[in-house]
This record gives sequence, structure tokens and C-alpha cells, in this order.
Amino acid sequence: MTTRPERIVIVGASLAGHAAAHALRERGYAGSLTLVGAERHRPYDRPPLSKQVLRGLYSADTTLPCHPDLNAEFRLGRPATRLDLTGRAVECEDGSRLPYDRLLIATGTRARPWPNPEEAGLAGVFTLRDRDDAERLGAHLRTKPQRVVLVGGGFIGFEVASTCRDLDIPVTLLVRDAVPLAAALGPRLGGLIGEVARERGVDLRLESEIERMEGQAGRLAAVTLKDGARIETDCLVAAIGTLRNVEWLDGSGLEADAGGLRCDAFCRALLHDGRVAEGVFAAGDVARWPNPYDDDALVAVEHWGNARAQAETAAANMLAGDASAMRRHDHLPDFWSQQFGLTIKLVGLTEGADALAVVHGSLEERRLVAAFGKAGRTVAAAAIDSARWLPAYKAAIRERAPFPPIEDAVDQPRIRVQEP
Amino acid sequence: MSGSTLFEQILDPANRANPYPLYAELRKAPVARQADGTYVVSTHAELARLISDPRISSDDLPDPQKFRWTGHPVTDLLVRPVRAEIRKRHRPFIFRDPPDHDRLRGQVMRCFTPERVRGMRAKTQAITDDLIGKMQGKSRIDLVDDFSYPLPVTVICELLGVPPEDEAQFHGWATQLATALEPNQRGDEENQAKNEVCFNEIADYLQGLIKEKRKDRQEDILSDLANEKEGMNDFDLIATAVLLLVAGHETTVNLITNGMLTLLRFPEHLERLRAEPETAPRLIEELLRYEPPVHYRTRLALTDIPVAGITIPKDAPVIFLLAAANRDPIRFPDPDRFDPDRPDNRHLGFGGGLHYCVGAPLARIEAEVALVSLVRRLKGVSLTEDPPPYRPGASLRGPRHLRLALEGVAGE
Ligand SMILES: Cc1cc2nc3c(=O)[nH]c(=O)nc-3n(C[C@H](O)[C@H](O)[C@H](O)COP(=O)(O)OP(=O)(O)OC[C@H]3O[C@@H](n4cnc5c(N)ncnc54)[C@H](O)[C@@H]3O)c2cc1C
Repeated sequence: MTTRPERIVIVGASLAGHAAAHALRERGYAGSLTLVGAERHRPYDRPPLSKQVLRGLYSADTTLPCHPDLNAEFRLGRPATRLDLTGRAVECEDGSRLPYDRLLIATGTRARPWPNPEEAGLAGVFTLRDRDDAERLGAHLRTKPQRVVLVGGGFIGFEVASTCRDLDIPVTLLVRDAVPLAAALGPRLGGLIGEVARERGVDLRLESEIERMEGQAGRLAAVTLKDGARIETDCLVAAIGTLRNVEWLDGSGLEADAGGLRCDAFCRALLHDGRVAEGVFAAGDVARWPNPYDDDALVAVEHWGNARAQAETAAANMLAGDASAMRRHDHLPDFWSQQFGLTIKLVGLTEGADALAVVHGSLEERRLVAAFGKAGRTVAAAAIDSARWLPAYKAAIRERAPFPPIEDAVDQPRIRVQEP
Repeated sequence: MSGSTLFEQILDPANRANPYPLYAELRKAPVARQADGTYVVSTHAELARLISDPRISSDDLPDPQKFRWTGHPVTDLLVRPVRAEIRKRHRPFIFRDPPDHDRLRGQVMRCFTPERVRGMRAKTQAITDDLIGKMQGKSRIDLVDDFSYPLPVTVICELLGVPPEDEAQFHGWATQLATALEPNQRGDEENQAKNEVCFNEIADYLQGLIKEKRKDRQEDILSDLANEKEGMNDFDLIATAVLLLVAGHETTVNLITNGMLTLLRFPEHLERLRAEPETAPRLIEELLRYEPPVHYRTRLALTDIPVAGITIPKDAPVIFLLAAANRDPIRFPDPDRFDPDRPDNRHLGFGGGLHYCVGAPLARIEAEVALVSLVRRLKGVSLTEDPPPYRPGASLRGPRHLRLALEGVAGE
């Protein structure tokens, strides 16, 4: 498609949508620009929601700064409900129909709801994905609940647990697996964070699941675990993962399922038969794309940095004219988290890693950089409280350097390769 | 100048006023080996990469742990005192690597709180007003001696908690100790001996001051550091205080002086700053790119490091030529143009990686208050000589004097 776009529609007015809109204007796009958002808020930032916001350090209003010349139409609080690919239009809940020359799908994910709807409906049961969630949960934490039960051994669960401890609220953190944070950091580093959490007074229960919740007058009163233990609580946060917002694409012909919306390396959305959907692009948490650092295996990366980078690539490619002028999305995933006084950073993806080496600092000091290897190549690196060397490892991962990478370095122990 | 390498030419004071053509020459090879085995990195991409490469050490003294006795009586004798010396001296954290670097720097960062630094703005303004007030009635000033030098000295002394009556002593000490950052002066034996004496004097003085701060804790950085529970030992405390003093002196002086020189060379920007003082922050970022106070830093390769098609060999000294990378045309379009409106100005004026300047926020405040006040209050100001005479240092580069003619001084 070589015609210059005159109407661009972005569905999903959050981080990726915001970044794409700005990138389009920066690249000189002067046509009409519409952002459709299910939330009633202007694009805002989510990472502070589980960190500073709950602690009351910032308000939940983490609206992203908008360029005064953005000149975009925001249609907020009205989700898109259908995509008409042949008619090249997006239909919205309010019945409006928005024709486009180029479409960006940036509908992200939502919190996975607690599976039992009755229990999920009890007052005092929370999830944390958006601003309204953070406002509600923050308000509740300020009432000093007797105990907070957190379900889920991922970053959000740990960040909320950390915040609760800072506020001196007792916390029980239930993790279904034998080690927390293992999906992202591997068992060794995940275990380390678990230890730190325990020292900070978190009642961390591994291989532990909820059997049922008890309510009293519509409000959570206690939970019973599968091992029979009963915990009285009026506050539970389910941080059990996310679901991709792809249902509105049902019937459109795009290849989208629970794993995300499938894209090619240029951020173009693909049809069921693998062909490119003309003029349709995707970015952010919702997209599933071929990762050049893992032999083009499809990944969906739920990280802030990827949402921005992918939005920028998609924006560039939307204006590129034909495929020969498009650029690949070759962002190396990176991620950070703050909890229990530690700053954790991760570059690359640890999935499938078969080796780990502490390359700076040590596990004992809890200040370290660890590299992850997969079949002899360096695929990821994680830093705990010592992120300054990460750029060098980023370069090593990009180059698919042999594992372990970077030897004879500053502050480097004798490198011992172990299991992650 | 045939026979001398490009980097030797940079060190030559004759080229101090305008080293940029030499930098351009150097950038033709991103990493250039000099005849003495030093490697100079001058391009932005390579520098940005190496500056956070853990195979590069900031500890460019021989590591006592790694030192192996040669069995040769003369060599061992020569090296033994060096080992003792290293242990004794507890080098400041810019010359150290993690984990020590991180521990010491972390403790300093905890004292350099944003509130405390922001709180220095009013004080900086008061000192500035005072210094400019003293120019009243003069038709000629030396910006360095009359302004750029005393301002940061007073600010850093105040922050650290050095009594004002002792400030004068620090001028001499700081100037002398800063020579340790210049390779051509550092190696010089006579200079080393002077540094030794100077360091002992300043250490004695600080030791006394620390004792006082422990007895009578004040609202200042030295008090905080001296009273921290798991704090530094006294050697590290002294080394850190000396570092802060030297760094606080020798860099901001250059930033302010280079700033005024640049504004006088480009009067349209001086006029604009006068009319729109709110543009100061961007102007200062561009200054940090265009005329940075610190031109290079030295490092050591711990192992062979392949970069830009060559290999920096183990144990080679490496020069990070920050000022050259700041004018790399691949990174900055039209790099020799002074353009405060640059949209993407990720300069290396404050360095990068884990040694990124601790004092950056303070330096920005000082430069902003100083330049805005100078252009607002000095009337009919002009350079009496261009280029001005420079100080000998090639690393901490800046004019020794900046003699200006004035028509008058406006009120506050
Ligand atoms: C609490 C929290 C903390 C986090 N912390 C970190 C962190 O520390 N580091 C990090 O790297 N990442 C972090 N993340 C992840 C990061 O925020 C996400 O990767 C990022 O928000 C993804 O941006 P996105 O625009 O792709 O998707 P989202 O931010 O999910 O935005 C999608 C938007 O689309 C809207 N939408 C959905 N369906 C429709 C529809 N049909 N029509 C219109 N609009 C629709 C949604 O309402 C939403 O506003 C955190 C996330 C959360 C929730």
C-alpha cells in the first residue's frame, strides 16, 4: 500500500497508543488522528500504580504528558467493539464507525479476574491494572486493613506486598509455584527475592492456593487455603496474571487469541491465513511478534519499554509506504521493578534458559548481575541493585554472545555456571 | 606538529584554546591507539558503549590483589611501598570500582538529597548577587577570579560544612589536587610530591573538622557522613570530602566561565537568555555538550576488549574523550553549532555509566543562577581578548582568566 494515510485510528489510549500518536506527529504525519480508549482517562502510566501510588506518594493521576501540538481526537470511555477489515472501519460501543487508512491496535491486557465470580464480587477483593483499581486499593490500604492477602507470585504481587510492608500492614502472599517470580527471573533469583520478602515480614506461603473465600454481608471476611489453613482478612488482591484484550477482534479475520494478536516483524497484524492485514498494525502488551533474538519465536512482552519501542516502530512503518521502507521491531525486552528496597532490572528473556552465572557481585550480598544462557548463548541478564553494567550485557545479548559473556571484569567473582 | 601523536597534541597547552579540530581528526578512528599504547575513544556510540562496560576499570592504579611478586629484588622493592600507599590512601570513589565504589558513592548520594540540592538555589543566588554587587563601579573584571571561582567554592564549602573562614585555604589545595586528573602532570615527580604534601594538609584539616562534626552535628553533608551508623572509615571519609571539594571547585568554574565565553561569542544567545531566562536549562545542556568542563577521563582495560574493529588490549590505558563524542556528527547533526534548541541532546558532559557526575543537579543550578544573573545585570559586557588564556589542564579545560569590559552593573 503506497498511498499516504490521511486518517489514522489508534484503538487503546494508553502507553503504546500515546507513544504511537506522538511518534506519528514527530514524523510529520499531518492527517487526522483518533485515539479510542475504553477507559475514561487520558493515557497514563501504570508502573507507579503498584509502587508509589499505593504508598500514597503520588496520586493515581499518572497522566502521561501530552504534546500541545498533538492535535488528536480522544474518544474516551467508549471501547471499540468490532473491526471491519474489508470496510476499513472500527466500530465503537456508542455506535459510531471510524473509517481509517491505517489502524493501530494497542488494546493491551487486563487483569485476570478471580475465577469464581461470586467470590470476586465480594467487597474487599481487588485486582490491580488501572488507575481506578489503584485508587480503590490505595483508599482501602489507608484504612489500615488488619491483613492483606495477596494471590500470585509475580511482580505485581510482590510490589504490592512490599508497599503493604512499608505501610506496616501485615501481608500474606500466596504463591502457587514452589518459587516466586520464577517465570521472569528463574528459581534462583526468584528465591532470593522471596527470602528478602520474608525478612521484611511477609508471610510468604509457597505451593499454596485458595480453596474458598468467606463473605459476611457481601464483604470478604476470611479465606481458606487448600491445606486447610484459614486466614481472617478483609482485603485480598488477586494478582494472577493478565488477559489480552482481543475479544473485540472476534470475527474480524485477524489471528488473535489468548496469546495475543499475531504480528509480523514489522508490527503488521496478520490474518488467520498468515497474510498481512493491509494497513493494520499492533503494538504493546497485546501484540505477539517474532523475536529476532530467539530465532523468531513468537513472544508477547508485557513491559513498558516494549510498548513504547513497538509503538514507535509501528508508527514509522505506518508512514513508510511499502514494506521495503519498513523497519523491524528488534527491541530487546527490558523490564524493571522496585520492591523491598531492591531495584530489579532485566534485559532479554529468560524463557528456556538452561544456565545462570553471577557475573558481578554475589547472591549473598544481594547485589548482583546474573547472566542467563540458553544452549551456549547469552539470552538475558538480571541486575539486583546494580543495574549500571546492564548496557554491556544488553550488547552481549544482542550479539548472541557465547555464554558466559564478559569475563575478567570489574567486581566479578570467579564465574561458576549453574542452573537458573 | 609531526612526530607527536594526536593525543599528545591535545595535552599540549598550545592547543588548549581550540582542541576541537584535533578531536575531529581523532574521531576518524573511533578508537585510536597512540604511540605510548594509550587508546583514545572519541566517538559517541563507542564511548556510550564502553562507558558502561565492566571490562573497563576506573581504578587505574595497579591492583594490589593482582600484583604478583616477581622475585626480582629491585622490582619488588619498588612495588612494595606502592602497595602500602594504596592501602593508606583510600582513593576517592571516582578512582574505584564496585563494590567499594558503589558503597561509597551510595552514601554520598544519600546525603545529596534532591531537597538539599534544591535548597542551595537561594544560597547560590545570594552569593551570586553579592559577587556581582562587588563589580559595581568597575569597568574591567576577570570573570574567573571575581566570580566563577569564588561562587562554587562557597557553595561546596557551605554544603560540606566547611567554615567560611577556612574557604580560602581550599583554593590552593583544590587547584593542586586537580592536577592528579591530568596525565601529563600526574606522572611528574615534583608534582606528585606536591600533591602528597597537599593531601596531607587537607587530610589533617578534615580530620579535625570531622571530629567536630561528630561532637556537634550540623545540617551539612560532612556531618551526615561522619555520623552515619554504618558509615565510612575516616580514610574514606577524608578521600570523599576531598573529592567533593575538588570536583565541586574545578568543574563548575569551567562550566560558568565557558558559558559566559560562549554567550559573548554568540551575542544572539546572550540576548535571548536575558530576555527569556526560562530557556536557561536547555542552554546549559547545550553548553555541557558544546563546551563541557571535563574533556576526558582515564580508564584501564582489564582484558582484551574488541570494539569498532580493533581490540583494546588488556592493561591498556583508555582515554574517554567525552568532549569529542559530544561533537560527533553521527550523533549530533551540525555538532559544531551552538544550538540550545537541539531536540535530542543526550550529551556526555557529565560522563555516563556508573561514574555519572554526582554533582550534576547542583552544577546545573549553579550554572543557571550564575549565567542568568550575569547576563541580566552586567551592562555592555564584552570580551577583551579572544581566545582567553587557558589553564594548563586538558581534562578539566577552561580559561584561567576571562577578562571582560563592562559599562555598568544593574541592580538586583
Ligand atoms: C500495576 C502495574 C505495574 C507495572 N509495572 C511495570 C514496571 O515496573 N516495569 C515495566 O516494564 N512494566 C510494568 N508494567 C507493565 C506496563 O505498564 C505495560 O507493559 C504497558 O502499560 C503496556 O502498554 P499498552 O499500551 O500496550 O497496554 P495497556 O497499558 O494495557 O493499555 C491498553 C489500553 O487499551 C484499552 N482498551 C482495551 N480494549 C479496548 C477496546 N476494545 N477499545 C478501546 N480501548 C481498549 C485499555 O482500557 C487500556 O487503557 C506494569 C503494569 C501494571 C498494571
